[in-house]
Amino acid sequence: MSIAAIFDHPLGRIEWSSLPFWQMFQQPTEGNIINGCITTGAAFMVVVGAIVLVLLLTKYRLWRPLWSNWLTSPDHKKIGIMYIVIALVMLARALIEAVLMRAQQAFGLGGGFLSPDHFAQLFSTHGTIMIFFMAMPFLTGVINYVMPMQIGARDVSFPVLNSISLGLTAAGAALVMVSLVIGEFSTGGWFGYPPYTEISFSPGVGPDYWIWALSLAGLGSTLTGINFAVTIYKERAPGMTLMRMPLFTWTALCTAIIMIFAMPPLTVAMAQLALDRYLGFHYFTNALGGNMMNFTNLFWLFGHPEVYILILPSFGIFSEVFSTFSGKALFGYRSLVMATMAIAILSFTVWLHHFFTMGQNANINAAFGIASMLIGIPTGVKVYDWMWTMFRGRIRFTVPMFYAIAFILLFVIGGITGILLANPTIDYQVHNTVFLVAHFHNVAVPGVLFGLLAGYHFWFPKVFGFRLDERWGKVSALCWIFGFMGAFFPLYVLGIMGLPRRSVAYTQPSYVPFEIVAFLGALLLGLALITLLVQLWVSIRRRDQNRVFVGDPWDGRSLEWATSAPPPEYNFAVIPVVEGRDAFTTAKENGRAYLQPDTYADIELPNNSAMGPVIAAIGFALAFGLVWHIWWLVVLAFLAVIASMIIRGFARDTARIVSAQQVRREHQHWIDAVATATAISRADECKSANVGLALQATDGVVP
Amino acid sequence: MSPQSIKHPGLNLGAAHGKDNDAAETVMFGFWVFLMSDAILFGMVFATYVTSLHGTAGGPGPRDLYDIKSVFIETLLLLASSFTFGMASLALKYKHSKTRLIGWMVVTLVLGVAFLAFELHDFGDMFAKGGVPSRSGFLSAFFDLVPLHGLHVTAGCIWLLSLLGQIARYGVDTKTKLGIMRLALFWHFLDIVWIAIFSVVYLAGLT
Amino acid sequence: MALGRWVAPCVTLLMLSACAGTTHLSFLDPQGPVADAQRWHFYWVLGIMAVLVAGPIFLLLPFLVWRYRYGNKASRYTPRWEHSRLLEIMSWSGPILIIIVLAFFVWRDTHKLDPYKVLASDQAPLQVEVIGYDWKWLFIYPDQGIASIGTLALPTGRPILLHMTSATVMQSFFIPALGSQIYAMGGMVSQLNLEASKPGKSLGENTMYSGNGFHQQKFTALAMSPADFKTWVSKVHATGLPLDTQNLEIIARRSIRSDLIAALPRARSMDGNVYFTGVSRSLFPAVVMATMDGKPTLPDSAFGRTGTATQDSDAADAAMGQAR
Repeated sequence: MSIAAIFDHPLGRIEWSSLPFWQMFQQPTEGNIINGCITTGAAFMVVVGAIVLVLLLTKYRLWRPLWSNWLTSPDHKKIGIMYIVIALVMLARALIEAVLMRAQQAFGLGGGFLSPDHFAQLFSTHGTIMIFFMAMPFLTGVINYVMPMQIGARDVSFPVLNSISLGLTAAGAALVMVSLVIGEFSTGGWFGYPPYTEISFSPGVGPDYWIWALSLAGLGSTLTGINFAVTIYKERAPGMTLMRMPLFTWTALCTAIIMIFAMPPLTVAMAQLALDRYLGFHYFTNALGGNMMNFTNLFWLFGHPEVYILILPSFGIFSEVFSTFSGKALFGYRSLVMATMAIAILSFTVWLHHFFTMGQNANINAAFGIASMLIGIPTGVKVYDWMWTMFRGRIRFTVPMFYAIAFILLFVIGGITGILLANPTIDYQVHNTVFLVAHFHNVAVPGVLFGLLAGYHFWFPKVFGFRLDERWGKVSALCWIFGFMGAFFPLYVLGIMGLPRRSVAYTQPSYVPFEIVAFLGALLLGLALITLLVQLWVSIRRRDQNRVFVGDPWDGRSLEWATSAPPPEYNFAVIPVVEGRDAFTTAKENGRAYLQPDTYADIELPNNSAMGPVIAAIGFALAFGLVWHIWWLVVLAFLAVIASMIIRGFARDTARIVSAQQVRREHQHWIDAVATATAISRADECKSANVGLALQATDGVVP
Repeated sequence: MSPQSIKHPGLNLGAAHGKDNDAAETVMFGFWVFLMSDAILFGMVFATYVTSLHGTAGGPGPRDLYDIKSVFIETLLLLASSFTFGMASLALKYKHSKTRLIGWMVVTLVLGVAFLAFELHDFGDMFAKGGVPSRSGFLSAFFDLVPLHGLHVTAGCIWLLSLLGQIARYGVDTKTKLGIMRLALFWHFLDIVWIAIFSVVYLAGLT
Repeated sequence: MALGRWVAPCVTLLMLSACAGTTHLSFLDPQGPVADAQRWHFYWVLGIMAVLVAGPIFLLLPFLVWRYRYGNKASRYTPRWEHSRLLEIMSWSGPILIIIVLAFFVWRDTHKLDPYKVLASDQAPLQVEVIGYDWKWLFIYPDQGIASIGTLALPTGRPILLHMTSATVMQSFFIPALGSQIYAMGGMVSQLNLEASKPGKSLGENTMYSGNGFHQQKFTALAMSPADFKTWVSKVHATGLPLDTQNLEIIARRSIRSDLIAALPRARSMDGNVYFTGVSRSLFPAVVMATMDGKPTLPDSAFGRTGTATQDSDAADAAMGQAR
C-alpha cells in the first residue's frame, strides 16, 4: 500500500452504501424497505441517543463531573456501576433483537418480513451482545462492586488496570453499536465458524466488527480476571481466611481463574481469523492446509469455560440470597466451595461436546459426554445445599427470592436437557436445532440473568442508599419468569421436530403454533424489561421514603453490609477484623457491629487516571480503523497505545491521602445515624421504617 | 533478615519497608498471574503449530526453510541476554552503582535487538525461498508462533528503554525497581518460550 | 409435575407429526433403526432424570418454601445450623449415583450408535456420496452412476453408507427421522450410516448456518421398496442431465434449488429435483481434492465415463471440450 493510496481513501472502505438506508433507496422493493426501515430506525436510535446524551451533559454542565467523578475514577464501586450501565443498555438492544427474531419466526411460514441477511445479523449481534456485552459486564460490575467489600478491602489490587478493562469492554460495546449505523455486523453467529467467516465467503465488514469487538472485550476480561484473582489472594482483611470468604467471593475467584486461563484461546482464535482475513493466511480456510477444526477447538476451549465464567457468579449471588432471606447460615459451605472449584476445573474438560457431530471416534465422544455429565454432580450438590439452607429457615419472599426460587425450578429443567445433550447419541439428533437454543437459554436466563437481576435488587440499596420498589420488582420478576417459559419451552418441541437454529423461515405448518407461543413469551420478556425500568423510575421518585443509610436493609451476613449505604469511597473507616464466616452476622451477634475506633488513620487511595478513557478511545479507534481499512488511523492508534503505556510508566504521584479528620467526620456521621435509627424486624423489611438497621435475633425468636 | 522477609531477591525491600514491601508483593504476584495467562496464549499457538505441521499444501516445509546456524546464534544471543539481565538484577539487589545497573541493562537491550535483527533476517530468507505465510497452513502457523515471540521481545525492548528513561528521570526508585523486576521475569519467560520454540519448531523440524 | 411438563408437548408433537402425514420430521417418529434406538435412549435418559432429579426437587422445594415461610411461626427455626453429615452424604451420593448410571448408558450407546459404524445387515450397504454446496446437497450414487439434488432415494431394509464433504463452508447433514447428523467439511470426508425401515418421506436438511439460502437447503429422504428403487434409478438414467463441468459450475454457484432449476432449463420437468446421469466415480474425490487445493475447476478425469455410457455423457465430453 503506497502513501498515496492512504490519501486517496482517507476513510478506507466506507462508502455511501455503508449507510443503513442506502439499499432501500437504491432498490426500493418491499422487502428492502421493511428491512431498511428497521435498520435505519435502530441506527437512528443509536445516533439520537448519543446526541441527546451529549446535549443533556452539556445542558446540565455534567462533562467535568462525568470526567473526574466517573470516567477517570479508579474506585471499584464506580467502575462496577459503569459496567452495569453498559450491561443494561446492551441488554435493551439485544432483547429488542430477540423480540424481532421471534416475531419474524412467528410469521416465518414460507417467508416473514425480515431478509435472511438481516435476520442473520440479528442472531449474531444478539448472541455476541448477550454473552460479551450484557452478561460479562453485568457480572464483572457486580463482582467489582461487591467482592472488595466482602473481603474487607478498600479497592482492587490494580485500580487503574480495572479502569482500563472497563475502557476496553466499553470500546467493544461501542463498536457493536456503531455497526448499526455504519456498515453491517457479522452473519456468522456468536461463534462465527470459519470458513463461513473467511474473506472468500463473507467479504464484508461484518466479521471484522465481530472479531475486533470480541478481541477488545476478551482482552478486557483477561485483565479483569488477573485483577480479581490477585485482589482476592492479596487484599483480604485480617482474619478473612479463604474458608471464611463469602460464597459470592469464592465464585468470583473461580470465575477470575477461569478468565485467566480461558480467554487466551479466544484471543488466539480471533487473531488467527483476522490474519486469514487481512493478510491471506491459511489457518481455517478450506484450501492450502487450513483447518477449520482448529477454530472449533480453540473457540470452545474458551467458549465452554466462558459458560461457567457467566454462571458461577450467579451461583454465588443465589447463595447469598438464599442464606440472607432464609435468615440462616448457608448450609454446606465447604461442599459449596468444593463444588464451585470442581465446576471451574471440569469446565476445561468438556469443550468437545460442542461438536460431537464433527466425526471423532466413539471413545472420544463418550469420554467427553461423561465428562460433561460430571458437571451435573457439583451442580446437583449446590441445588440441594440451597434447599437445605431454606430448610428450618424463615423465608421472606422478596424480589431476589422470587428469582432464586424460580431459578432452581427452571434451572433443573435446563440441567436435565443439558444432560440429554451430553449424550452424544441424543446430541446427534438435537444438535444445531432450536432444542439446543432452548437448552442454553434455559440455563443462561434463569441461571445467569436471574442471578444478576437478583443481585441487582439485593445490592441496589447498598449502592444507591435506597431500596427498589418491591411491587414493581415482583411484577417484573413474574414477567421474566413466565416470559422465559413462554419463549423457550416451545423451542424444545420445535427442536425435536427438526427445526434448525438460525432459520429465518420454514415450510412446515406444524411449527406455527409453537412459534406463536414463543413470540408471545418474547413479548412478555420485553414487558419484563419495561417493568424493570418503570421500577427504577418509581424507586428513584420515592427514594426518600426508602432510604437505608445505615446500610443493612436485609439483615445481611457479609462485610459489605457493615458500612453505610452508599459506602464512603474508602469503603471502611477502619479495616474490619474478621472472626468467622458470616463476618457481619458474627459482629452483630457479638455487639461489635457499629463500634467506633479510638483513633483514625489517614487512608491512601489511588489517584484518578485518564488511562481508562484514553485506552477506550484508542482501542475503539484502532478497531474501527481495522474494520474499515483506515490504515492511517490504525497506525496512529497503535503508536498512541505504546505512547500511553510509556507515559503511564513515568507517572509517579499515583496515590492521594484522605485525612484522618475527614474519615473521622464521615464515620461519626454514620455512627450517629446508627444511634438514632430504629431497628426493625424482618416483617417490616419492605416498609419505609427500614432505614437499614436490623433487629437482632435471640436464639429461637425471630425478629 | 528472616527468610520470609526476603520476598523478592533482587528487590531491596523487606519487612522494614512496610507498605512498599506489601505493595511490591501484590504487583509481582499480579505479574506472575499475567505470565501464566501469556503462557496459555503461547500454548495455544504451539498447539496450532503442531497440528498444522502436515498442512504444507505442497509448499516448502521445515527442511527447505529453516537455517539452524542462524537460529543457533539467535538462541545464544537470547540466552546471553537473559544472563546479562540476571546481572542487572544482581546489580539492583546488591545496590551496585547505578552505572553498573544501567550498563547491564544496555547490554541486554543490545543483545535483544541483535536477536530481533537475526530473526528478521531469517524471515527474509524464508520469504526469499517462497516461505511466505499465505503459502500454506503450516507457514501460517509458523508465522503465528515465532513472530509472536518476536513481538514479545520487541515489547520487552521498548519496556527496557522506558525503564532506562525512568532511571534517568527519577533514579532507582521503588516503581523503577518493580519495573525492572517484572521485566526480568518477562525476559526470562521469553527465554523459556524460545527454548521451547528452538526445540519444537527448529530441532524437531530438522530431524 | 416435571413429567407433565414433558409428556404434554411430546404427545402434542406425536399428534402433529401424525397429522403432518406426508413428511416425517422427528426421531420421535422414527423411520429407521438408528432414529428408533435414539428415541429409546432419549426416553430412558429423560425418564431417569425426571424421576430421580426433577421429581425430588419439584416436590421438596415447594414444600420447603411453604413450610418455612416467614409467616409460619410454628415451623422450627435453626439459624445457625449449617452442617449435617447425613444430608451432605445424600447431596453428593445422589448425583454421583445418577451420573454413574447415565455414564453406563452413554458409553454403551455412543459405541452402539456411532455414526461411523456400518449397520449390521446381510446386504452390503448402498454407497452414497454427499457434497454440500451453497445451498443444496448433491447426492452421488457411485455404483449406479447417477446423482440427484433435492431427493435422496433409499431402498428400505438396506443400510446406507454416506461419505460426505463440502465444496463450500461447513455444513451439517441431517435426516432426523432416520438418524444422526454429521458435519460435512471442505477438503475432508466424513461418514454416516443410516437405514430406512419403511417407505415414506422424511425431512432432510443442513443444520449449520451457511448464509442467505440456509433455511431453504432442505431435501426429501425418499424411502422406497428395493424394487421401486431400481425403477427410480433407471428413471434417473433416462431423464438425468449430464454432470459436466458446465453444470457443476452452475451447481457450485451460491443459489437455492429453485434458482438452480431455473438455470438448468431441462431440469424443470423433474418435480423440483435435479437428476444427473453419467456420473463418474472420480467426481467425489476430485471435489475433495480441488477444495483442499483451493482450485475452482476440476480436472478432466473427474468427469470420466462410467460403465454406463450414454449420449448425455458424450455430450458432456463435448461440452467440456468447448470449455477447454
